[in-house]
Amino acid sequence: MIIVLLVVSFIVFFMTSVIGNPVHTMLPERASQEQVDQVVKMLGLDKPLHVQYLIFLRNALKGDFGRSYTHFQPALKLIFSRFPATLEIVVVAMIMTIVFGITFGVYAGAYPRSRISKGIMGLSIAGISLPSFWVGMVLIFFLSVRLGWFPVSGRGTVGSLLGIRTSLATLDGWRHIILPSITLAGINVATIIRLVRAGMLETMRQDYIKFAKAKGVSSRDVLFKHALKNILIPVVTIFGLQLGELIAFTTITETIYAWPGMGKLLIDAINNLDRPIVSAYLLFVAVLFVVINFVVDILYTMIDPRVDL
Amino acid sequence: MFQQKLEETVLSSKPSKLNRFFHSEFFYNYRKSPTAVISSIMILSAVLIALFGPMITPQDPYSLAGLNLSDAYKPPAWIEGGEAKFFFGTDQQGRDIMSAIIYGSRVSLYIGFVGVFFAAMTGIVVGLIAGYAGGRLESIIMRIADIQLSFPSMLIALFLMTTFGRSVTNVLIALTLIGWVRYARIVRGETLTVKKKEYIEASKVIGFSNIKIIFQHVLPNVLTSVIVLSTIQVGSFILIEATLSFLGLGVPVIRPTLGMLCSDGFAVLYSGLWWVSFFPGLYIVFIVFGINLFGDFLRDELNPRLK
Repeated sequence: MIIVLLVVSFIVFFMTSVIGNPVHTMLPERASQEQVDQVVKMLGLDKPLHVQYLIFLRNALKGDFGRSYTHFQPALKLIFSRFPATLEIVVVAMIMTIVFGITFGVYAGAYPRSRISKGIMGLSIAGISLPSFWVGMVLIFFLSVRLGWFPVSGRGTVGSLLGIRTSLATLDGWRHIILPSITLAGINVATIIRLVRAGMLETMRQDYIKFAKAKGVSSRDVLFKHALKNILIPVVTIFGLQLGELIAFTTITETIYAWPGMGKLLIDAINNLDRPIVSAYLLFVAVLFVVINFVVDILYTMIDPRVDL
Repeated sequence: MFQQKLEETVLSSKPSKLNRFFHSEFFYNYRKSPTAVISSIMILSAVLIALFGPMITPQDPYSLAGLNLSDAYKPPAWIEGGEAKFFFGTDQQGRDIMSAIIYGSRVSLYIGFVGVFFAAMTGIVVGLIAGYAGGRLESIIMRIADIQLSFPSMLIALFLMTTFGRSVTNVLIALTLIGWVRYARIVRGETLTVKKKEYIEASKVIGFSNIKIIFQHVLPNVLTSVIVLSTIQVGSFILIEATLSFLGLGVPVIRPTLGMLCSDGFAVLYSGLWWVSFFPGLYIVFIVFGINLFGDFLRDELNPRLK
């Protein structure tokens, strides 16, 4: 795990130092050579690359990625302040994914020949073919601009729920969160349906399912008690991966809906060559993924006692 | 008489390669499957439109001389105020949306196909080496692949394009760097199973060189999986490129792809010009949907284990 993070930090550092010289975007156009030198020195850009990397690594361990060139605040603090907003849509999208993805997937896998299953599968292929930014635009235009059912963009009122400040606590917040979450969940639902279905098809052929059916267990119990339990392992793995995918796609969703999360922060930072934010974001996300993978591993042992860590 | 006829039929069904293909089970299943036929027609028409489209478009959307500001903000033809000449309407500069879509699809399809080609080449070579060589080299390569796969490819693409800067070549490089992993994993897996077969042992005993064994005996065995994967990858590469371009990190402004047309249209969406961004996106869906449907059919057909 630590090796992974080291490798990531290494790549992130070297790639971001190639991005382009931030000095020119920070200074007015007619800055003198002296001023340029001064800024270069202040940022430590005059030192050899490997020294810069070691300094970067030492500071990163302390959680210090430098100040944002455009927001003039510590980069990591900015990311933390934007993280809850991102987490909100990710969580809501995740719940949608679980509910619809598993239900439809189990159904399509259990009755592969039925018409509804074929419809579900057709829709899921359509789902993975949709560009999420386009879905977002279509939803905004028809539901918000034309029909006025939902607000066009932004996060809405932030209320407080159990001491946590979140827009999930207010009705206005919910109205704002629905569209971004649907956009975000869309593709994932399609993927989950396909994977759950594949697992289900495999499981339904096993002997113990046939036995349970022969024994007279109701078909609902066969599906949800016997079959579903056994496809949980691959499903949990996929959720781990999908969670990462969702976080990656928030960059797009947040850009479209002007949602003030960390994805939008990243895109803005990229456009402004704001190096500290880009590297802080990437390392933060890397740590997040490592944690997610770890949690998934632990979940394995809880679901399936045969798995040993 | 009868004898002659029989001979003729026997002769005519002599296995020319094309003939064998038309009588294969694969082709039979293809004809019998409506989704396969429809999806291949979708793909074919998209490719043909991209190839020959510029000959039929009413306007060259990128020659400024052809643009007329008085044509701006025209809605699609079937809505009041639209003109038949601009079937899908025009944008704020009087650019015909349909022409822009056709020109844009050329770049999008090019990136999809060429990107997959490079990703597949890299992945196949790396996978073959890893699977055939084994040992330390294999574990290092597969470890890298694992780490890369634990990060969403969209995020990697974003990051790479940030550092590379926008250009068609850079998008292709980024897609290659994202795509090789899946090929390498599949090819390595198949290589490992093929490697243990007797005929490979036999070739070794005869004294064939490693390279010859890899290319003559191992590679043909992994090709079906590669074909299936490639079909799906073309679709997902087109989507990734579209998304990158939408975020302003893909192709340069002078070569707009479908994704970039959407992004341009997004700017005027709130003022009610929905068609500027709607139709380019719809065309992406059309292309990628066709490709994915076909990929699904191929996977069911060529990969008997999944049947």
